Amino acid sequence: MDKLPLLTIITFAPILGMIAISLIPKEKKNAIRWSALLATLPSLLGAVKIFMDFDRTTKAMQFIEGPLNWIPSFNIQYHLGIDGISVTMVILTALISTICIIASWNIEKQLKGYFILFLLLETGMMGTFVAIDFFLFFIFWELMLLPMYFLIGIWGGPRREYAAIKFFLYTMAGSVLILLVMLALYFYSDGHTFNMIALQDQSLHQGPLSSHTFRMALWWGLFIGFAIKVPVFPFHTWLPDAHVEAPTAISVILAGVLLKMGTYGFLRFNYQILPDITVDMIQVIAVLGVINIIYGALCAMAQTDFKKLIAYSSVSHMGFVLLGMASFTSEGLNGAVLQMFNHGTITAQLFLIVGIIYDRAHHRDINGFGGLATTMPRYAVWTTLAFFAAIGLPGLSGFISEVLIFLGSFKTWPWLTTIAVSSVVLTAGYMLWTLQRVYLGKTQEKYKDFPDITRREAFCLLPLAVIVIILGVWPRPILSMMEVSLNALNQSLVPYGAHVASGLGF
Amino acid sequence: MQLSGILLWPLLGAILNGTFALVGAKRKRPVPRLWVNIFGVGLPILALAWSVSAGLPFIFAEPEPLRENLFSWMTVGNFRVDGGLLLDQISVLMILIVTGVGSLIHLYSTGYMKDDPAYAKYFAYLNLFLTSMLILVLGDNLLMMFLGWEGVGLCSYLLIGFWFEDPAKAAAGKKAFVVNRIGDFGFLIGIFWVISLLMPHVGDQASPLNFEFMQQNAGLLAGSATLITAFFFIGAMGKSAQIPLYVWLPDAMAGPTPVSALIHAATMVTAGIYMIARLSFLFDLAPQTLQFVAVIGMVTAFFAATIALVQNDIKKVLAYSTVSQLGYMFLAMGIGSYSTGMFHLMTHAFFKACLFLGAGSVIHAMHHEQDIRHMGGLRRFMPVTAWTFVIATLAISGIPPFAGFFSKDEILWETFHRGHTILGVLGVLTALLTSFYMWRLTFLTFFGKCRASSEAQEHVHESPFSMTSVLILLATLSAVGGFLGVPHILGGHHYLRDWLGLGQHPAQDAHADRLEMMLMALSVGGALLSATTAYLFYLKKPQWPRRLAASFQGIYRLWLNKYYVDEVYDATVVQPVKRSSESFFYGLIDRLLIDGVLINGSGRFLAFMGSLVSRLQGGRVNAYAFYFLLALTGMIVWVVVR
Repeated sequence: MDKLPLLTIITFAPILGMIAISLIPKEKKNAIRWSALLATLPSLLGAVKIFMDFDRTTKAMQFIEGPLNWIPSFNIQYHLGIDGISVTMVILTALISTICIIASWNIEKQLKGYFILFLLLETGMMGTFVAIDFFLFFIFWELMLLPMYFLIGIWGGPRREYAAIKFFLYTMAGSVLILLVMLALYFYSDGHTFNMIALQDQSLHQGPLSSHTFRMALWWGLFIGFAIKVPVFPFHTWLPDAHVEAPTAISVILAGVLLKMGTYGFLRFNYQILPDITVDMIQVIAVLGVINIIYGALCAMAQTDFKKLIAYSSVSHMGFVLLGMASFTSEGLNGAVLQMFNHGTITAQLFLIVGIIYDRAHHRDINGFGGLATTMPRYAVWTTLAFFAAIGLPGLSGFISEVLIFLGSFKTWPWLTTIAVSSVVLTAGYMLWTLQRVYLGKTQEKYKDFPDITRREAFCLLPLAVIVIILGVWPRPILSMMEVSLNALNQSLVPYGAHVASGLGF
Repeated sequence: MQLSGILLWPLLGAILNGTFALVGAKRKRPVPRLWVNIFGVGLPILALAWSVSAGLPFIFAEPEPLRENLFSWMTVGNFRVDGGLLLDQISVLMILIVTGVGSLIHLYSTGYMKDDPAYAKYFAYLNLFLTSMLILVLGDNLLMMFLGWEGVGLCSYLLIGFWFEDPAKAAAGKKAFVVNRIGDFGFLIGIFWVISLLMPHVGDQASPLNFEFMQQNAGLLAGSATLITAFFFIGAMGKSAQIPLYVWLPDAMAGPTPVSALIHAATMVTAGIYMIARLSFLFDLAPQTLQFVAVIGMVTAFFAATIALVQNDIKKVLAYSTVSQLGYMFLAMGIGSYSTGMFHLMTHAFFKACLFLGAGSVIHAMHHEQDIRHMGGLRRFMPVTAWTFVIATLAISGIPPFAGFFSKDEILWETFHRGHTILGVLGVLTALLTSFYMWRLTFLTFFGKCRASSEAQEHVHESPFSMTSVLILLATLSAVGGFLGVPHILGGHHYLRDWLGLGQHPAQDAHADRLEMMLMALSVGGALLSATTAYLFYLKKPQWPRRLAASFQGIYRLWLNKYYVDEVYDATVVQPVKRSSESFFYGLIDRLLIDGVLINGSGRFLAFMGSLVSRLQGGRVNAYAFYFLLALTGMIVWVVVR
């Protein structure tokens, strides 16, 4: 390795920060905060470098590090790399993590522990997206779980313990399934490998791995394991609870990055390692996607807790990703991964916005507000922008991914897509109804003296808003990174009959 | 830059005024109005100048359409959409209306909104609206049109709820956007359908959504044209307020009156008409859809006119009148006479903007009084407003030679001539109703005795020059705008129709001439008769309408309450969605079944099983010995029996 080990740096720099913070006495709160921010900067700068240097013409893994033998007796390797499927997620993770450190500035309770866990979480997230070795992937995947549990369980709201345990058990159940599949793939593959690229080679799948039934079992194991993370209906009920209890920055991480690991897992494992079963099961993905979209939107409509409403809107918006993935078209697939990125940036804004008002009012009851646009006019402008991005207004980034998903999936699933498109009405309904109840109407006496958005709060929203506007008119910078890999992935499904999957045609 | 400049100037205005608004909010002291005026009004006028300079060649010659690529929008695989602009005859007409009427209304707003604390914000929104509307009409593909379509929807939302401290106004904005989204659903499905049919046939550089590309390949769409156009028409129903999606428009009157004039009368609501004109090559392939469009348009026109007969809010009358006139335009589109529909769109933009701004002038003078029962005789206080209003009323009621006469008669004549007799009869009837409710409005507002309180009367004043000058200009346009389409039998040449060159038009023969003559006599006579009736009813014998309303209680209430459509929608759509989401989807499925039974239930089940098993391990040795014995016996039995 003559070059800079960029992926190692962006993954493990937060760990260095962790160590540094643990040495700072806990009274020096600002030192801790600044160190935490400093510790995320290498990842952010690395992400910028990746954005500049990423080779947009190849589907192959890039910035490869290793393979170095880690546990040779089990053929476990330290092996990192990114391709078009993961690169945007790496950039998203670096961006959201940095923003969340800044958004956590007002944390007072056990500050030191908070930032230590936060940085550990960041390493886990990064590692998940850059690992090529399945075992390594799983380590990072599990590494994420622990800090998340404590971050919700200690710094959360009144029902934090319930929410943390629910989150933990749910995700643990998914992890067990993934672990089992990982072991099965290892033991039954020719050459006993954890290498995710090697495992894509179907000729290695021998013995039980060549039996359709066994493969189906593996596929479902992976699917449910990742579906919990997305979350796919009916595995979604941990999400609203976790969101409601988690502190603002953790909600942002949760919705902004963690949910995408589920859909990333689908593409990396279900799609690439078991493509034949994926093609067989594509209707399941499409139908679940549409259920997520409509059901999530209807549940959001029913909420009176601002944060829970945003949580259910995430369920709805992640459904778009599933529908796009199920389209078997390059537009749909690109739209899906772009939607992962866009949802990350948009929903992060929404949760930050909820956090801003929660910090002032100490409640989140939608019906308990009103007229905030008069008291906090600049805050209302940020909110309106983020809300309309979530509604999918053309000119903002959410529209691009939605439209690509729809126009791709319409070719394969015209009826299902027609149902899904009706969500444009529902989304506008619950979003604008919320806007009306919280921001419009008469100003309430008790909220008259709320200060408008502060510089720090606006600074968190600014980069996200800029990205949302730029990608809305010029999505090319992000699309070009993923396009080659995703088109190749789409092509790779064709031999398994991807084009005949249309069962519900007009 | 020749084309993009047209929309970039107002965009610059929106950005600058938006900045002014934010700076003002931060400093808690608004930016001086002069700055807002310079950019907020100056830049739209600049856009008008650019539009004229871009449009002049089209008016005096027949050049090739102008094309310009603003930006490269989406490219994935072989799917491609650009931010392209296209200027041809239809868009020339539209940009001239939009920037022309738009600039006038910006100017008028400087007077109307003078004392509003959110002055800069208002102009930011209005400039943004102009930008979006220009994108809508200049876009060279369906997705650009949709960008503008949603942009104007956003501005409409923001401006209806401009005085958002009033909950009713905030709710009206939301209603407008959500109802429009139902239309957008149709628009989007139409777009996706077009893509799915055309995508296999595009080359490397073409966009399947480009209008010119679509037109060249219309044959590929022919098989599904009926449904595709039906979906597009759903979009048009939303934006252009046709049955069953018209309900947002009357509520939209909550916005400032210049906004009602610009967005909810002259320009945005005509987007659906423009869409059909732009896609006329596709609608030509779908006779059933066209028939449907015509019927919806005519029924809406008649239906809305009946409601307008009895409303007492000056803006509500005009709102229902707009719905009704839009219905006429759809009738024209539906019978395949696209150019005539565009002609009426233009004349309507002039006289309806004039009427709304006149109403605004009245409301301004009366300190936000909108009930015509509390007006009357206002012409003495505000003569310019009154007489421009009268001219616009002459135009809308179809009295020659004012603008509405030419465009409306053209529609009616073509309707009969193409054999749609029932629609035509309804059209003539609607024309009579139109004349009646407009003269009722005029008489009750400006003539007779003043019914306002003496205190209110003291404050009534003519509006400032910035407002009246606009009224005079629009009244002039309402008076002479029709001469662009003087029919053959009156010695004209259908100038606008032939210039636009959309669709086929009936041949001019002796039979057609006779029919046209008869219709003109009928509709002008009818309009005059209606006007006379209104004069008798509301000036001479005010007890008559009261008696009439009393003896036809049922129908009067039905009209006054707008056929209870809002109530029906609330009961059949809004409440069921809200209730089912609360009690069924969230309450029953999510909380009770999934979370309660499945998740926490399985948790409890595990805990219960655990407690059972733990009871087995009580730590008593005799119990263990018993289990041991039991297991041993079982094993022996099993071995023996096997």
